[in-house]
Amino acid sequence: MTAHEGARAGLHLAQFNVATLRHPLDDPRTADFVALLDPVNAAADGAPGFVWRLVEEGQADATRMRPAGDDVIITFSVWESQEALWDFVYRSTHLAAMRRRRDWFERHAEAHVVLWWIPAGRVPTVEEAMERLRLVREEGPSPRAFTFAAAYTAEEAAAAGAVAEGAEPAAL
Amino acid sequence: MEDIEAVALLQDPVRRRLYEFVVGRGREVGRNEAAEAAGVGRTLAAFHLDKLVDGGLLEAGSRRLSGRSGPGAGRPAKVYRRSAGERAVSLPARDYRTVAGLLAEAAERAGLDGEVQEAARREGAALAAGEPCGDLDALAKVLVARGYEPVLESAEGDGGVEGGGGPVLRMRNCPFHAVAERFPPLVCGMNLALLEGLVEGSEGVRVRMDARPGWCCVVAEPSKNNQD
Repeated sequence: MTAHEGARAGLHLAQFNVATLRHPLDDPRTADFVALLDPVNAAADGAPGFVWRLVEEGQADATRMRPAGDDVIITFSVWESQEALWDFVYRSTHLAAMRRRRDWFERHAEAHVVLWWIPAGRVPTVEEAMERLRLVREEGPSPRAFTFAAAYTAEEAAAAGAVAEGAEPAAL
Repeated sequence: MEDIEAVALLQDPVRRRLYEFVVGRGREVGRNEAAEAAGVGRTLAAFHLDKLVDGGLLEAGSRRLSGRSGPGAGRPAKVYRRSAGERAVSLPARDYRTVAGLLAEAAERAGLDGEVQEAARREGAALAAGEPCGDLDALAKVLVARGYEPVLESAEGDGGVEGGGGPVLRMRNCPFHAVAERFPPLVCGMNLALLEGLVEGSEGVRVRMDARPGWCCVVAEPSKNNQD
């Protein structure tokens, strides 16, 4: 890998996504999605630039955590750069799953993905992620909370004082 | 340089051969090998390659072709690859790209993935006109005509999550690139459905999604390599 934006500035990119299930996870109409969870998560873990993803204790993923609503599942991850995240989301086996998103998930009228920069090495919190999602929904994209379509580089976020330092040091 | 002037650069047959050679390699190309492929001298090739760079059709970089570095490694050689930019000419002027972007945005907001895929599948089947491509060679010809730039990839490699381990046809170009970059699941899903329609009813070939950076999201493969 070449040096990318985030790596230069000592920053990593956090990604948080919400998706409203059309049918519960144990419904046959969602079975194809559930079957893809393990292989796609494994692809994420092995993807260039992958740093971290949220996993519930004792589980393989975070699909049972529902901070945004009973029928809303979340994905939450950290990447070395925006390019690394883009390549995983849209240029890997993950894309094949996204192609069928309307089979499994409701269409969102508001932003359902939010990105923001954090210091490398810090593990972001779900509370922080929900706050960033609220920000991008209520105030639109900014260096503190943005989207792929209206993105900010690590340098731009740092210059704007918009890097999420977090309330506590990382529990590493 | 305006698009029409850039495109006109390719009217020169030597320049056109050089351009097609660089594009077909899918990687950085040095002056010597380009000259050899075009059947002209190195100086003439260099002149034309640099014209193509001036026109924004190619991009130039420098690389030490020997693989050595430091003192004694020699001067870095100039290398060429296809430019990331797009050139388009329409007479009279037309702007289908704006239409495509607007329609895609509306379809994305309305969640019309299924409807778009269905339309694409019908279009693909109509393009095949009741005669689906029987094998990879036949499909490759159709894909070339539609701008995909297919490349046959041998059996080696990991083959992706569901790869059958046989040869696959991978496409170097996405004909829908600008819109696909803005709405990947929508447009890539449409692209797959279009190609599915094209091979619908074929016994010898099938297509599936296998996205990789820098390539079209779909690959084609002989269907006998797969169980389903």
